Amino acid sequence: MNAPVQKLTVKDMSSDQEVRWCPGCGDYAILKTIQKLMPELDVPRENMVFISGIGCSSRFPYYMNTYGFHTIHGRAPAIASGVKLANPELDVWVITGDGDGLSIGGNHLLHVLRRNVDLQILLFNNEIYGLTKGQYSPTSRVGTTSPSTPNGSIDLPLRPCTFAIGAGARFVARSIDTETKHMTPLLEQAHEHKGASFVEIYQNCPVYNDGIFDYIKDKKNAAESRLLLENGSPMTFGSDNEKGIRLDAKTIRLEVVTIGEDGVTLEDILVHDESNKVMAQMLAELKGPDFPEPIGVLYCNPAESYEADVYDQREFVRLTSGAPDINALLRGGHTWTVD
Amino acid sequence: MSVLEDLASTPTQSNVVCDVVVRFAGDSGDGMQLTGNNFTEATAIYGNDLATFPDFPAEIRAPAGATFGVSAFQIYFGSEDVTTAGDDVDVLVAMNPAALITNVGDLVNGGLVVVDEGAFTAKNLVKAGYESNPLEDGSLDAYRLMSIDIGKQVLEAVKPFGLSHKFALRCKNMWTLGLVMWLFERSRDSTVEGLQKKFAAKPEIADANVAALNAGHAYAETAELPSGIEVYKVPRAEVTPGLYRNITGTEALSYGLLAGGQLASLPIVFASYPITPASGLLHTLSGQKQFDLVTFQAEDEIAAACAAIGASFAGSLGVTSSSGPGISLKGEAISLACATELPLIIVNTQRGGPSTGLPTKTEQSDLNQALFGRHADTSLPVIASSTCADCFDVAIEAVRIATTFTTPVIILSDGYVANASEPWCVPDFNDYEPFPVKFATDPEGFSPANRNPETLARVWAKPGTPGLEHRIGGIEKNYETGDISYDAENHQKMTDVRKSKIDSIAKFIPEQTVDQGNETGELVVVGWGSTYGAIHQGVKRCREEGMDVSHIHVRYMWPLPINLEALLKGFEKVLVPEMNMGQFVDVIRSQFLIDAQRLNKVSGQPFKIREIESEIKAQLESQS
Repeated sequence: MNAPVQKLTVKDMSSDQEVRWCPGCGDYAILKTIQKLMPELDVPRENMVFISGIGCSSRFPYYMNTYGFHTIHGRAPAIASGVKLANPELDVWVITGDGDGLSIGGNHLLHVLRRNVDLQILLFNNEIYGLTKGQYSPTSRVGTTSPSTPNGSIDLPLRPCTFAIGAGARFVARSIDTETKHMTPLLEQAHEHKGASFVEIYQNCPVYNDGIFDYIKDKKNAAESRLLLENGSPMTFGSDNEKGIRLDAKTIRLEVVTIGEDGVTLEDILVHDESNKVMAQMLAELKGPDFPEPIGVLYCNPAESYEADVYDQREFVRLTSGAPDINALLRGGHTWTVD
Repeated sequence: MSVLEDLASTPTQSNVVCDVVVRFAGDSGDGMQLTGNNFTEATAIYGNDLATFPDFPAEIRAPAGATFGVSAFQIYFGSEDVTTAGDDVDVLVAMNPAALITNVGDLVNGGLVVVDEGAFTAKNLVKAGYESNPLEDGSLDAYRLMSIDIGKQVLEAVKPFGLSHKFALRCKNMWTLGLVMWLFERSRDSTVEGLQKKFAAKPEIADANVAALNAGHAYAETAELPSGIEVYKVPRAEVTPGLYRNITGTEALSYGLLAGGQLASLPIVFASYPITPASGLLHTLSGQKQFDLVTFQAEDEIAAACAAIGASFAGSLGVTSSSGPGISLKGEAISLACATELPLIIVNTQRGGPSTGLPTKTEQSDLNQALFGRHADTSLPVIASSTCADCFDVAIEAVRIATTFTTPVIILSDGYVANASEPWCVPDFNDYEPFPVKFATDPEGFSPANRNPETLARVWAKPGTPGLEHRIGGIEKNYETGDISYDAENHQKMTDVRKSKIDSIAKFIPEQTVDQGNETGELVVVGWGSTYGAIHQGVKRCREEGMDVSHIHVRYMWPLPINLEALLKGFEKVLVPEMNMGQFVDVIRSQFLIDAQRLNKVSGQPFKIREIESEIKAQLESQS
């Protein structure tokens, strides 16, 4: 019935707007990765919608030649929920940051994850407020000096993946801005997932928080600092995959062990099971330098999406209550006739 | 003109009166709202014109016997047009001393008071603040008193059904209803039917309630009542022929939104967050899923507004609803809808404020907020519903304006209109003219900034349409392309066009009419919203006394009707009664440079007819 669709290219995905992030911003790499990815997805361009709040990352929709809505601070998940309720066929991506998604919009992010609205939610985490010129954010490490914390920040940071799992998200993953090869299949998987997919992307802000992720972004350290997750495989890392993550059953804590030392064998290493929520929670808590930080899908356990249930319920009501009829509605209940 | 005057002595010796006000008052757990609603239904079926005023406390179950926990339901019915819930009470039903002490002041001299004598215990008297028992100390001598131990009567009546003491006593309200129904010759059929439906799963409860209802009725019929207490006859009202039902403002507004959606050929996404007294809309619409409607209880007011905006972006009609404090939270999102020029409907069921204020009481609190309560220049249309039934047409009108002009529209209702009910001559939906929305589909020459040259509405292109991919957002946009623009001249131009679009809506709304009286003269009383009934009656009475006074009731609060200024300038004096400190009068003064006078009331209670009447007289006297 439909004419064969001509395959889209990166060029088709780029809008005519000049990209205005600072030189060297991690957002460029993410934008490029997504512009390359979108034509690979089996989605007509007119069904692609990018929705954002406020912040550097939230300028993203202007650069995608798709439908887009740059909304207000923190509210993208709520606006996107309305879009999906109106038209569940649309392929909706929410672009947010650590301030937008976890500070002013924390409540909306919590509830959109809990409800499991079928969205891809990409949180660019640069641990700083960029657009408002460098104040510390809810993911900034303790001691972050910024215009609003000249003596160092004192409040504990939030861990986005821990937050997402706690909120009831059913797809939680992490990647790194410049790691296109890692991020591309990860985003494909997030897109495949029905329901809310939450992806935290470590993103470098070269102006206000430069190098904050160097410990994990640096290729030389990658083998030691990253725990590359693969469902069904033992969680090993290190230059020769000689290290691994083991569960200490007595303390119910994860620990780093070396295979071949102290009688440790590959059998002792935890095998990643992305459907295991308890494991996902423990993984989300792993933080360098004591641990390698998990990269990949921490948790994936699909369930019916919110909007699908909404429409199913409506269908059921329609089957039982008959066709909608305004005149019948107006004449419902007790009526009487005056002659 | 109040009541209980014998118009004629009939062979049955019944009192024939032209109108009556009955108020049921009791603890908030006594079921007074239910009693009132049943009596209302029976009265409507009987053929009287009527208006009701439910007045309940914010506490769901206040401590029994406390004055602040008194819940009341007032109904005014009669044989002539009834537009308010009435001023003075002719019949007061008081289920305990607290209900008596808080309501007896409104009872007319010679009025009937029915009390549950069993509830007048020493403890309850103290709780209500009585030093001595009013049933015994002569303080009720000005009234006709029916003092009955209702609890005892009820326990006797429901004995055969084996209910516990507690459940048996819950039938007290039905017993009392039966008694009042006898007083006015109302049929118990609709109540019996309702009880059987409500308690279908618990037939013993249904039977007990019906037995109590019948027992109350029989008691009144057979007991030797004190002299002067007998059946009241209220002749049927002369009303326009047609099919009638009772409708609350909340129901009418819900149905109007659904009707508007159909007329616009649009699905509706209704996103809301619970708040008194606005939640009724969410409840009513949530039960209408057979229509092209999705309802969404969001996590907060902001999310509700945003979800509605998202829905409108995606090609549905987004509707959100709240009361004053919740509308404040939605303010930033409403400005986004103004900036992106998307259709959106915001319903504000106003309540007493500021802050939590008086959540269950009525006030025209938020006209200023509707007109001015956002950041920057965000003019938007505001329309107000004046009666319960009017909510239906107001909702349709809001949908028409929002979709024709791609703009947010605020509907102002209030706690009084939302909760009260009135008989409604049900319209035929086929008589309404459709106004189907035309979405953009042609990529040729498409820009998200395109406007309809006549209405200035921005083009509405929904995601899913091939070739129309575009971005919108809160940043200022270029007038031609819709791309983001920080250009100085462009911002001026965009601000101007957004304002002109709203201002020019005045050309597309009906001209203001005069509700009553001449189009020029000595005095015009200008109202808006739910003060309609009191102003209507007040002006009517003054006109019957020969005074030169007219009534204008404004529905389109912004932009104002094109002829309103000229109309008002045809009167020597303009009086604006409002249930606030003068929000509309200030608009009239500033827009038209007219020396309009104010009459303000912020007690959480609607105007009484006589308050309007006496101010009209004062205005006319001060002139001569």
